[in-house]
Amino acid sequence: MGIRTNLKRVDAYEKVTGRALYTDDMAAPGMLVAKVVRSTIANGIVKRFDTTEAEKVPGVVKILTCFDSPDFEFPTAGHPWSVEPAHQDVADRKLLNTRVRVYGDDIGAVIAEDEVAATRAARLIKVEYEEFTPITTIEAALASTEVPIHEAYPDNILNHTHYTLGEVSVQDVFDEPGLQVYQGEYDTQVVQHCHIEVPVSYAYMEKDRIVVVSSTQIPHIVRRVCGQAMGIPFGKIRVIKPYIGGGFGNKQEVLYEPLNAWLTTQVGGRPVKLELSREETLACTRTRHAMHFNLKTAVDANGRLMARKMVAHSNQGGYASHGHAIISNAANAFRMMYQDEKALEQDATTVYTNISSGGAMRGYGIPQMMFGIEAHMDDIAKNLGIDPIDIRKLNCMKPGFVDPGTGITCHTSGLLECIEKGREFIGWDQKRAAYQNQTGPLRRGVGMSIFCYKTGVYPISLETASCRIVLNQDGSVQLQMGATEIGQGADTVFTQMAAESIGLAEANVHIISTQDTDVTPFDTGAYASRQTYVSGMALKQTAEIFKTKVLNYAAEMLSCPAAELDIVNGNIVEKANNKHLLTMEQVGLESFYSLTHSVHITAESTYHCKNNTFSFGVSFAEVEVDIPVGKINVLNIINVHDSGVLINPQLAQAQVHGGMSMGLGYALGEQLLFNNQGRALNDNLLDYKLPTAMDTPELHVDFVETVDPTGPYGNKSLGEPPTIPTAPTLRNAVLHATGVAINSLPLNPQKLVEEFTKAGLIEKGGELDV
Amino acid sequence: MYDIEKIVQPKTVPDVIAALQADPEAVIICGGSDVLIKIREGKIAGASLVSIQGIKQLEGVSLEPDGTIVIGPATTFAGVTNSPIVQQHLPALGDAVDQAGGPQLRNIGTIGGNVCNGVTSADSGAILLTLNALLEITGPNGKRTQPLQEFYKGPGKVDLAHDEVLTAIRIAKADYDGFGGHYIKYAMRNAMDIATLGCAVHAKLDETKQNIAEMRLAFGVAAPTPIRCPKTEELAKGQPITPALFALVGQTALTEVTPRTSWRASKEFRLQLVQELSQRAFKQAILNAGGAAE
Repeated sequence: MGIRTNLKRVDAYEKVTGRALYTDDMAAPGMLVAKVVRSTIANGIVKRFDTTEAEKVPGVVKILTCFDSPDFEFPTAGHPWSVEPAHQDVADRKLLNTRVRVYGDDIGAVIAEDEVAATRAARLIKVEYEEFTPITTIEAALASTEVPIHEAYPDNILNHTHYTLGEVSVQDVFDEPGLQVYQGEYDTQVVQHCHIEVPVSYAYMEKDRIVVVSSTQIPHIVRRVCGQAMGIPFGKIRVIKPYIGGGFGNKQEVLYEPLNAWLTTQVGGRPVKLELSREETLACTRTRHAMHFNLKTAVDANGRLMARKMVAHSNQGGYASHGHAIISNAANAFRMMYQDEKALEQDATTVYTNISSGGAMRGYGIPQMMFGIEAHMDDIAKNLGIDPIDIRKLNCMKPGFVDPGTGITCHTSGLLECIEKGREFIGWDQKRAAYQNQTGPLRRGVGMSIFCYKTGVYPISLETASCRIVLNQDGSVQLQMGATEIGQGADTVFTQMAAESIGLAEANVHIISTQDTDVTPFDTGAYASRQTYVSGMALKQTAEIFKTKVLNYAAEMLSCPAAELDIVNGNIVEKANNKHLLTMEQVGLESFYSLTHSVHITAESTYHCKNNTFSFGVSFAEVEVDIPVGKINVLNIINVHDSGVLINPQLAQAQVHGGMSMGLGYALGEQLLFNNQGRALNDNLLDYKLPTAMDTPELHVDFVETVDPTGPYGNKSLGEPPTIPTAPTLRNAVLHATGVAINSLPLNPQKLVEEFTKAGLIEKGGELDV
Repeated sequence: MYDIEKIVQPKTVPDVIAALQADPEAVIICGGSDVLIKIREGKIAGASLVSIQGIKQLEGVSLEPDGTIVIGPATTFAGVTNSPIVQQHLPALGDAVDQAGGPQLRNIGTIGGNVCNGVTSADSGAILLTLNALLEITGPNGKRTQPLQEFYKGPGKVDLAHDEVLTAIRIAKADYDGFGGHYIKYAMRNAMDIATLGCAVHAKLDETKQNIAEMRLAFGVAAPTPIRCPKTEELAKGQPITPALFALVGQTALTEVTPRTSWRASKEFRLQLVQELSQRAFKQAILNAGGAAE
C-alpha cells in the first residue's frame, strides 16, 4: 500500500481490453467532419480563393477561409498565462492565416458530412498567393532583407538573451597562458514526438457555450486559449479531456482546439470533429527545435573548467509557440550542469524561419543542449588524455549548488553514485582499455554522458496545482486531479499518494481520469516533469485536509479528541496503540445520513509551488560500429537515474524504457527533413525513421534513490529525463570505437559513411574502376 | 475512411479481365498494401477497384513434375516464406520477402503485387531476378510468358496492359537447383522500412566447391528498376574463391549500377553499399551453396 510499491496501473485493464475511451471513440451521432485547407507555399500572402468546384462536392456543408477568420492573434504554448504582459507568450497567429508562414499553414477549413467529402473538397480549392522566398535556415533568416516573417520582428529574431558570470570576461580567461582552449560546433536536428494518437478533437455547442472534447495534456490552458482565439469569455468554453494516446509535449500546445471550437459555431453548434492525419501531425503541428551550438572552453591540465562560452541558435520555424523559452532552458542547463572556475558567457537567439514550428518536446531544450555539452566534454577529455568520467566528476554540479540565474538549489544529488553504477555495469575501465588501437571493419567502443534536469518550471513560470478528494458512503474516496494522465502513469501514482497520505487501500481510491474544466479543479496540466512534484504536493496537502475532516467527524462519533486518532489501512485507530475503533465505512455512512450532523466530507486545495529541484542521471553504452556500411549496433545500454524517491519503481522503470527508446531514435535515425521550399519531405512513418521494436536493444535501468526534502514524498522529476543522455552517449561511444567525432545528429548511416570516408577509414570506392 | 468509388470482386481470372475491360479506369487490388496507400495519399483517390483477392487459382506455391516452381501472385509474403517448397528449394526468396515491412504487411501484401508495382525497392525484385523468374501473364487473348527482367519498364512501370493480369511466377529447376542464395536488405531500420539498397546473389560452385560455376548478382535501388549485373557475373564465372575475387566483384558491380541522389540517400552512399554488400551477399551465397569464403 502507498508509495514505493509496484501498484499495477489503475488504467491497465481498461487500456489493454480496449474499453478505455479516447476522443475518437466518443464520436457524437450526426457529427460533421472538418478538414484544414493548407497552404502549398511556405512564405507569402493568400490573395484569393476559388471554391467553386469544392462547393459542388456532395456532402460539403461549409467552406471557411482565412478571410472569414476571427481577427484575434493568440498564443499556442501550453504555459500558465502571465498576468504580466512582458511575460506573456507571443500571440502571432490567427485561427486561419492570410499571411502564410509555414508550408501547410492553416488557411481554410471544409466542414462536410464525412471525411471523404471534406478531403475531396479541400483538394479542389484553388488558392492564389503572393509568394515570398521561403526561408528554411537560421543563416538565411538572419541574412534576409526581404519582408520579415512577422512584421513585429523585422530582423526575424524572435528573441535574444545574453548572460555572463564571473569577475573577468571569458575572453580574458581564454587568453591566459597555460590553459588549453577548445572550440566545437554541434548541431541537432528537427524531430517530432510521434505520439500514437494523432491530435483529435470534436466540438459542439450546448446552451450558448462551446464544448471541446480533445486529446490534450492541458485542458485548462486549452479553455483559456480558445477564449483568447475567439475573443470570448473563458467561461463560455468547456474542455473535456478523456484518455489520451501520448503527447510528449506536442499536446502541451493548443493545436487545433480553437479552430474546432470556432467551426462548430459556424454550423449552428452541430458537432464537428477535427482529426489530423499522421502526415499533418508530422508536418503541421510542433517539433523539437533544431539548434546550433558553438562552444568554447578553457581548461587547465587536469580538465578543470576555467571559462566557457556558448553561442546558441534555435530554428523556431514559422510561429512562436514556446519560442525562446526552450533555448533559454537549454542555456540554463549549460550553466547548471558544470561550474566554471572563473567565467561564463552565454548567448542565445531564437530565429523565425518558414519550417514547421518548434515547440515543447520531452526535455524542453535539454536533449539538444546535452548533446552539445557532452560531446564537447568528451572532445576535451580525449585531447587532454583524461578519462571522460573524471572530467565530469571534477566539474559537475554538486549538492548545495545554487544557480545564480534562477536561484534553483541542488537539494540532493545521487549523480556520482549513478556514474559508479553505470561504470560498473558496462565494464567501463576494462573496455576503455581493451578497445584502444582496433583495426578492421567492426570496432567496439563504450561511451557515457550525464545530465541534470530541473523538475518543475519555478521560478521561470507559475507553478500551481489543485486537487479534490470526496468521501463516499462506503468510506472510499474519489480523487480528482487537475493534472492529466497522458500515458505516463500519473493516475496510478496519484492513487498511491492518496492511499499513503490518507491511510486507505488503493482499491478505495477512485481516481477520475477525465478532466472536465467545468468540474475539475485547476491545474495547468501535464508538462515539464512536474506532476509528481507539484501536483503531488497539491494532493498531499489536500489529503491532509481531508484526513483532518474525517478524523474530526470520527472524533465526534467517538466523543474523543481528534488528535488521538489516525487512519490506518482504511480504519480509524487510536494513534497511541493502533487499536481499531471504527471503519472508514462507518464514518462515511454516518456522515452522509446522520440525523444529527449530516455533512459531505470533501477537501479541495490549491498548492502554489515556489520551489524546484534537480534530478540527475547517466547513460552508458557499448556499441559495435560496422564501418563500411555505417551502422551502429548498440550492444548494451543502461540509464541510471537519481529521481529521488520512486513512487512506483516498476512504472519508473517503464518511463525510463520509453525515454531511452526515444533517445535511440533521436541519436540514430530520426530527422524531419525539409526541402528548400520549406515542405516536409518525410512526413510519414515510413520515411521518418522512428525505431521499431526490432531496432531496440535490451534496455537496462537502475536508480539511485535520494530523498529530496522539497518533493512531497522525496521525489524528483523522471518524466522527461530518460530521453536526454542517449544521443551524446552513443556519439561518444562511436568516438571511442573509431576515433571519429561526429558533431551533428542523427548518427545515421549515410553520415557515418561520409565521416568515415573523410577520416580515411573507408576507401573511396565509387571512383575505382576496372 | 478511404476514398473508393467502387469495388468489384470477380471469382475467376476471365471475370477479372472482363471487369478490367469494362472499366478503363479500374485498378487491380489484391492485398491492398500499395493501392490503399496511394488512395490515402490522394494519388488515386476515388479509385474504382477490381479485387483479385480470394481467387484460389492465383494463390499458393506448387511444384511441377519437371521441377518448375510455380508461385501464385496472390500468395502473401508470409505465404511464400512459410511454403515448404520455398523453404526447401528457394530459401533466399523466402528470406527476402520475410524482410518486407512488418508482420501485418507480410500477412496481407502479395508477391505478385510486389512485382507488378514495379518499384526498384521491392524486396522480391532482386532475388527473383537472380532466379531468372518467368512471369505468366493472362489477357483477353490468353497467356504469354515474359522474363521478369524484361517486365520492368521504368520506375513503377511494368509491361502489363490494362486488361492483363499476372497469373503465375515460374522458376525453372535449372535456375535454383544447386544454387546457394542470399539477399541483403539494407535499410535504415530492421523492420517496417524500404530498402536503401537491396542486394541478391545466387551462386553455384563446381564439384570441388573451390570455384564459382555460376554467379548471379542483382540489386534493388541501384537503378530505376531492379537490375542484374551481367558483367560482374561473367567475370566471376569459373573463378576460384579468393579475396581478390570478392574485391573484383565489389569493384565491377560499381560499374553496372546507376544509383541517384535523393533526400533518402546520396549516390555516393549507395555506391559504397553496392561495393560492400555485393561482396557480403556473395560470400554468404557461397556458404549457402556449401562452399567456404575466407
